[in-house]
Amino acid sequence: MLGEEMQSGSTVPLVAGERAGATVRGATRAKPRKWPLREWLLFLLFIGPNVILFGIFSYWPMIYSAYLSTRRWDMISPVKVDVGLDNYRYLLSDDTFQKVLWNSLYFAVGAVGGSLILGLAAALLLNQRLRGRDGARAVIFMPTLLSGAAIGIVWAYIFDPRYGLLRTVLNVFRIPSPDWLGDPTWAMPAVIIVYIWKNVGFTTVIYLAGLQAIPRDLYEAARVDGAGPFWRFRSVTLPMLSPITFFLVVTSILSSFQAFDIINVMTRGGPVDATNNLIYYVYQQGFVAFNAGRAAAASIVLFVAMLIVTLLQLRYSERRVHYG
Amino acid sequence: MASAQRVWVSHRTRDSFWRLLGYLGLVLIIVVVGAPIFWMLTGSIKTNQEIYTFPPIWWPEDPVWENYKTAWNAAPFDRFYLNTLITTVGGVGLELLNATLSAYALVFLRFPKKNLIFILLLAALMIPTQVTILPNYITLSDFFGQSWINTYQGIILPGASTAFGTFLLRQAFLSLPHEVLDAAKVDGCGHLRLLWDVVLPMARPVLVTFGLISLVAKWNDYLWPLVVTNQDRMRTLAVGISYLYNPETITRWGPVMAATFFVIAPLIAIYIWAQRHIIEGITAGATKG
Repeated sequence: MLGEEMQSGSTVPLVAGERAGATVRGATRAKPRKWPLREWLLFLLFIGPNVILFGIFSYWPMIYSAYLSTRRWDMISPVKVDVGLDNYRYLLSDDTFQKVLWNSLYFAVGAVGGSLILGLAAALLLNQRLRGRDGARAVIFMPTLLSGAAIGIVWAYIFDPRYGLLRTVLNVFRIPSPDWLGDPTWAMPAVIIVYIWKNVGFTTVIYLAGLQAIPRDLYEAARVDGAGPFWRFRSVTLPMLSPITFFLVVTSILSSFQAFDIINVMTRGGPVDATNNLIYYVYQQGFVAFNAGRAAAASIVLFVAMLIVTLLQLRYSERRVHYG
Repeated sequence: MASAQRVWVSHRTRDSFWRLLGYLGLVLIIVVVGAPIFWMLTGSIKTNQEIYTFPPIWWPEDPVWENYKTAWNAAPFDRFYLNTLITTVGGVGLELLNATLSAYALVFLRFPKKNLIFILLLAALMIPTQVTILPNYITLSDFFGQSWINTYQGIILPGASTAFGTFLLRQAFLSLPHEVLDAAKVDGCGHLRLLWDVVLPMARPVLVTFGLISLVAKWNDYLWPLVVTNQDRMRTLAVGISYLYNPETITRWGPVMAATFFVIAPLIAIYIWAQRHIIEGITAGATKG
């Protein structure tokens, strides 16, 4: 029957009127058909693979992670020992994990703050009537498309404290170069710089679209009221951009939690766990230490953290819709 | 009169001052973004002596193109390219197929409570990769009695479904002009005909955009291919390259920079070709979402 439907669909046109009943945007002007089973089956055939794949590779892992987080298992032995909440207790008391949480926060604040401020600055600049601004927009966006692994290696060469490009730049200002990737104090700023360099193009492009959507008359009105450039920025631009800023804060926090490639390539979480973040910790516990229970528990912690951020966003956007 | 003229002049000088500052800003953007790429490109043709010099040599005396040959032979890059090509084409193809069919079903086909199914798809966006990698590794190491570790299907399949793409195409299909769709239906167009001959051609810009976004993501994907492969012959470019650099040993930057060029060159080429599509698509996807 399904085969028939597909064949008739692709070769022989169906009888006119039979298909006219299909709803577009819920429009129900035509007479409803009595026997929509074929349409139901086609619906399932079309959407089924997508849903099934999500079931196997997203929803099931969620459940399975929750289950594994209560076990002790080395991923080889046939027995998964029930340890209750021991894995979570371990994480709470573990100094490394506390450092990991702190690092994730540090990274999120630095990376998100940096890309938002620099992105807004670049967008304000690219919004001016300047020759070549489209070219500059294309250039600033380019790094977002490049492999984080490859970019990480290039930056490791730039950060080289003796022969790197950054030493040359700092030397102009007579600042000695720190041992970026070898020093626990500087490793995190270093990976944040790379992350911002790679992602600032995204915030720029989104902010630019937001700036271009602000109605001109608002600026005219502010000008008539005697507002100077700074005040126009404070009273028109920033408030009008606030929904976009909020969107960018949320999505950037979520993606900063998932920053793995740059860190794995540049520092492997070191030195002395200085750049060990949640996702790196999950990877480390699961695929290096073969401690499935702890990895799963840490991944659940990460999931809860991301869920809180997402729910905050939903709540806020709903309010915005209701109260303008 | 005179004062008015003075105001006009000062406006002009102030204007050109800001204009100059603006152009300096544009130059700054291009230098800051371009310098690492320049450093990589020149590094890839420098000798070891030229690399280990301070202050640095900006342009190598005698470009060492051998670095590219050394890099190519340092790892099975032909395999890396082949693997990346297969997993990217497979992944993008399946994502496009799933997104198109799901969006079509959600917009044009009737089904009880179909919005619940849409929400079920969207909710999957909230489940982050790091929660799924370990269970997916365990699932695929014994997938219906077979190990899918070190296989193409193992790399591709967990990323073959898409909620973002379904969402993007659903929005696009919803905004297609009524009249054309109705006319097609009056002509007795079946669903596959409607999809292939009417909906897809009209939604082409969105398909191209989503295809490009997906292509970039698959080409650069790192964590999952790293986890699901453990043999050199199955590594993708992004994963393979990371083994050429080890923070604990001395790195021969010349060939390593040449190797990073292998990874990013194809994407830069695509970007130069389809820059407008990519930027506008990502803007639209994010602001509408």
